[in-house]
Amino acid sequence: MTAKLILSLDGTLIQEYLLSKEHTTIGRKAHNDIVIDNLAVSSEHAAVVTILHDSFLEDLNSTNGLTVNGVSTRKHFLQNNDLIEIGKYQLRYLNDQVSKTNAADFEKTMIMRAPVLAVQPPADKPGDTGVFHTADLQAGKPAATPEVEINPVKPVLSAAAQPAPPAVQRAAIQLLNGPNAGKELELVKGLTTLGKPGVQVVVLTRRPHGFFITHVEGANFPSVNGQLMDGKPLQLNDHDLIELAGVKMEFYLKG
Amino acid sequence: MKLEDALEIVAQTHSGMVRAHNEDSIATDAACGLVVLADGMGGYNAGEVASGIAVSVMVTEVAPPLKESSPIRRDEASGEELAVVLLNNSIHRANESIYQASQSQAQYAGMGTTVVAALFYDNRVAVGHVGDSRLYRLRGETLEPITRDHSLLQEQIDSGVISIEQARHSQNRNLVTRAVGIDAEVIPEIHVHDVQPGDIYLLCSDGLNDMVEDDDIRSIVYAMQGNLALAAEQLIQTANDNGGRDNVSVILVKVKQSFAQPRSFLARLLNWLKK
Repeated sequence: MTAKLILSLDGTLIQEYLLSKEHTTIGRKAHNDIVIDNLAVSSEHAAVVTILHDSFLEDLNSTNGLTVNGVSTRKHFLQNNDLIEIGKYQLRYLNDQVSKTNAADFEKTMIMRAPVLAVQPPADKPGDTGVFHTADLQAGKPAATPEVEINPVKPVLSAAAQPAPPAVQRAAIQLLNGPNAGKELELVKGLTTLGKPGVQVVVLTRRPHGFFITHVEGANFPSVNGQLMDGKPLQLNDHDLIELAGVKMEFYLKG
Repeated sequence: MKLEDALEIVAQTHSGMVRAHNEDSIATDAACGLVVLADGMGGYNAGEVASGIAVSVMVTEVAPPLKESSPIRRDEASGEELAVVLLNNSIHRANESIYQASQSQAQYAGMGTTVVAALFYDNRVAVGHVGDSRLYRLRGETLEPITRDHSLLQEQIDSGVISIEQARHSQNRNLVTRAVGIDAEVIPEIHVHDVQPGDIYLLCSDGLNDMVEDDDIRSIVYAMQGNLALAAEQLIQTANDNGGRDNVSVILVKVKQSFAQPRSFLARLLNWLKK
């Protein structure tokens, strides 16, 4: 559930660290959460700020810097399986949040209370709450979220990774008459417009289970295989013949 | 020009492909030019209750006074126009109602809702919102977000912690920093924008803009602007085809003609006679 960092040297696993705190420091000195006792590592080298399910890696002005997936960086929004390198040491970031969430928990909107809305008096001591300013993050002070007090009402079980787009059949229409006869228009987008908005529009939509033609506006209704359409979408089959205002087109599936 | 004739309004809501409940609520009042959309949150049916209270309270707070007075009359205390005052008050009133219900009944504890509302008057639109439900405007060929989410993600983008590109992959996109009904007080964000004939306004819950890229929303609204009902259906269908993980609601408002508020005595008299 919680994201973690796995420290290793030359492929040998040294230790696992759970990112259960808002602020996890990495450095040579013993007070760091993740101690790497090596002279190439600065005393306070880097920090990982974890805001609920998201973690951000920040270089704390270290002498030798760090890389993520081979790219030198100062600030990075960590993604599952990122490889952080500090000197000869590697830290693998693992966050399998997405795979473990139940689909029904996705996208539940939750309330976070911003300090501006807090009715209760603000905490006196700085550091008591999770409020911090982005400038602090740059300076490497303990930090949590950008100017927001984190106080989730419930544990958040959501993730927002987009599902892999379903493999969709490719299709195209080819003009059969007129000056552009022979011209082919591939239906690459989710929605392809024929005509001009405000005058006459027919759209071809790509859906997970096929392609549809819909009359949107205008006096001319298209016909498919000689059948005049009404206002409802109609699913297109391979080699259907579409006719709209005298223009003939053939719909066909590709590949 | 009467508002009802100047505006074409279409509203649709759908529970999506995953959720059993629809926690979104929508309401439209063409006579006074008001559209309201709310996305509720809370256990069991508390989310529906919260969003339902929000839209009904807002419509009852805004519509009746506009039958009596002109929306451009300045409020003496605040110096604001009546339209803005009413919109602002209605969100506060909705907040009180939801907060009281959640305090008095255990099953409603902690419920809340987002709100986005647009009140059209005098060739302008007053837009009020709390949370991450949005208002977009299509003008010409450009679709622009008019509201700015009150969400953790938006604050992270604003403060430069993450880029817009990275925000797409964030797992924190469903955390709102403001909501109606969770505290005794609420701070609505209200702005007034000029309206042009031909503009199309889209109010939506995050079930739409989380599932459908802005660019795809644009092409649907642009291509189908001649048939708003079909456009609304297509937006919801696209969200559902892409997974439909949340309730999805859309309200489309098309400005067909200008609707300036009559100002001169003669114009007011004529307007009165027309009633």
